[in-house]
Amino acid sequence: MSAVVLAWSLTLAQLILAVAMAIAAGLMVRGPRAQDRILALDSFYLSGMLLLLVFAIQTGRTLYFEAALVVALLGFASTAALAKFLMRGEVIE
Amino acid sequence: MNGAPDLPAWAAWLTAFFVLAGAAITLTGAIGLVRLRSFYERVHAPTLGTTLGTGCILIGSMICFSALQSRPVVHEILIGIFVTFTTPVTLILLVRAALYRDRVEGKDVPPHE
Repeated sequence: MSAVVLAWSLTLAQLILAVAMAIAAGLMVRGPRAQDRILALDSFYLSGMLLLLVFAIQTGRTLYFEAALVVALLGFASTAALAKFLMRGEVIE
Repeated sequence: MNGAPDLPAWAAWLTAFFVLAGAAITLTGAIGLVRLRSFYERVHAPTLGTTLGTGCILIGSMICFSALQSRPVVHEILIGIFVTFTTPVTLILLVRAALYRDRVEGKDVPPHE
């Protein structure tokens, strides 16, 4: 009973996170301005990271955890760099 | 697709609850990103996913791996700390860039003091 509930709720959580990623991807295309696209990218990588964590729970492997940590790190760097680019017109002065 | 780790009943229920709650909260944040009108309102929406959504899924993951390995597993807290510290920093940078762009275009935003 509990194993079935866990399996289905993990699948459902993956579907929900995939919908969140799809919404964020749509907003990245729609815009309307550059800062909205960057905000959507931020939301997109965060949902992707959570999806990796749910995969880790589903398979019972800690390998996905490290991938999620790398996604969080690179996502932070990319959003900060893009915000800097909007502000100054270049990333490294 | 439908695999799940072999957990005791209490851990399975708790993990299922926390993971579902975290995913639903993250989706709420994404919907807020669509529905809110101005950029300065929209910038608040995804923080729902970065704080409560991430927190819930990390707690579920901690419960799952602690029950699987029969010892406390808390390495997920690294992601929690990292995301909690970096989200405000990135969003402050982004809002300052947006304010700068709006001022350059002469939009109705608070002036630079």
